[in-house]
Amino acid sequence: MAHEHKLEIFKGLVKFKSNTQKIWGVLALLSFITIVEVVLGIIKPESLMGYVFGMKALNWIFIILTIVKAYYITWDFMHMRDETPGLRRAVVWTAIFLILYLVFILLQEGGYVFRVYDNGYIKRDF
Amino acid sequence: MSTAVAEGKTWNGGNEPLKASYGKMMMWFFIVSDALTFSGFLAAYGFSRFKFIDAWPIADEVFTHFPFLHGVNAPMYYVAFMTFVLIMSSVTMVLAVDAGHHLNKGKVTIYMFLTIIGGIIFVGSQAWEWNTFIKGEYGAIQTKGGNILQFGEYVEQDGEQVFKRVSVKDFAVINNHKDRTIHEKKNGLWFVNESTLPAYTIDEVVSGLEAHDNVLIRTQILNEEGEKTVLTRAESLKSLKDNGKLYVEGANLQVNEYGSPLFADFFFFITGFHGFHVLSGIIINIIIFFNVLLGTYEKRRSYEMVEKVGLYWHFVDLVWVFVFTFFYLV
Repeated sequence: MAHEHKLEIFKGLVKFKSNTQKIWGVLALLSFITIVEVVLGIIKPESLMGYVFGMKALNWIFIILTIVKAYYITWDFMHMRDETPGLRRAVVWTAIFLILYLVFILLQEGGYVFRVYDNGYIKRDF
Repeated sequence: MSTAVAEGKTWNGGNEPLKASYGKMMMWFFIVSDALTFSGFLAAYGFSRFKFIDAWPIADEVFTHFPFLHGVNAPMYYVAFMTFVLIMSSVTMVLAVDAGHHLNKGKVTIYMFLTIIGGIIFVGSQAWEWNTFIKGEYGAIQTKGGNILQFGEYVEQDGEQVFKRVSVKDFAVINNHKDRTIHEKKNGLWFVNESTLPAYTIDEVVSGLEAHDNVLIRTQILNEEGEKTVLTRAESLKSLKDNGKLYVEGANLQVNEYGSPLFADFFFFITGFHGFHVLSGIIINIIIFFNVLLGTYEKRRSYEMVEKVGLYWHFVDLVWVFVFTFFYLV
């Protein structure tokens, strides 16, 4: 049974000796990211409350960290790193493109409905 | 290799460009479609949130409880714990897969067992979280327009004026001469149902507010600092008397004392759907666990089944990572 694992993460910056070690390494990384998220969520630093591209900087950080976590769960726990590029692309790109499209459409429309309410065409403040 | 001269069979399952087994590939198919389902739910949540972007409940103020620590303000600590439990059970799962590759039955058994325990702790925690959310804490008034009015007072804390929530049951003046009792089938219209009456009538809350000069009303509208607007004393009395309609406590599919009922609806629906995935994951894990114990995969000389349920289990963890971000952090 052939089952070689690719043992480098961070583009080869860190290379583990065995698959088990890599698992613990990834756990350490995921826990660290979660702790950073929770600490930021509790403190809510004033400096990160500014708006970047229509959303608070802090929220951008949360979303980016989430995607980083999702990447390591998929690549190392679900062994996407060890699958063929064809399978990887079929799964990841399909999901990413469809989700981005769906999210764009719904958030755009949500913002539109908010502005309809906000401009006073519909009264809600009672 | 040239594509024109494919070796072996071209049709009927030949070539195998993805070099993955049938079972694993079907699991990936399922995961992609399930991921789209979940993102549909989360995007719908985003839609509703953007629709009420200036009045959405602040998650830090909703989920502030920790088991056995009553009255302690512990925002997010418990969810962080739950997240950690799920990541940890993902780790034991991937260790079980790894042990399976080495055909180490003993280790697979132990790691599968730990994974199941982790899953059970997670589902239990979620049940507790639901229970706390349904029960509520302070109570609030729903207005005619469906908005929520909450109560609180300013107290001195470290030389600063801080707004602290006040429970309705601490200031409402009970009127013992209520003329309204629950309508029951046996002493009223036999074809009409009525659910339990709210604990306080609007009049009781109004007279309570009049009697307590320190209590103010907080609306669900967010101000520029991202905090909810606190009304002055006069405005508080006016908005309660003009618009107050129903006393609500806790959250369910109709009302939500923390703000927009949509927040509660989506919370129950999305965490419920995820919890259902965790539950089915636990059941599948238990089945595989017994198969491992019975030596089914030992006889097959392949633990690929563990790998397949592993994919599902990691997917459940993956979804939680997103639910955690969009419900509790952002």
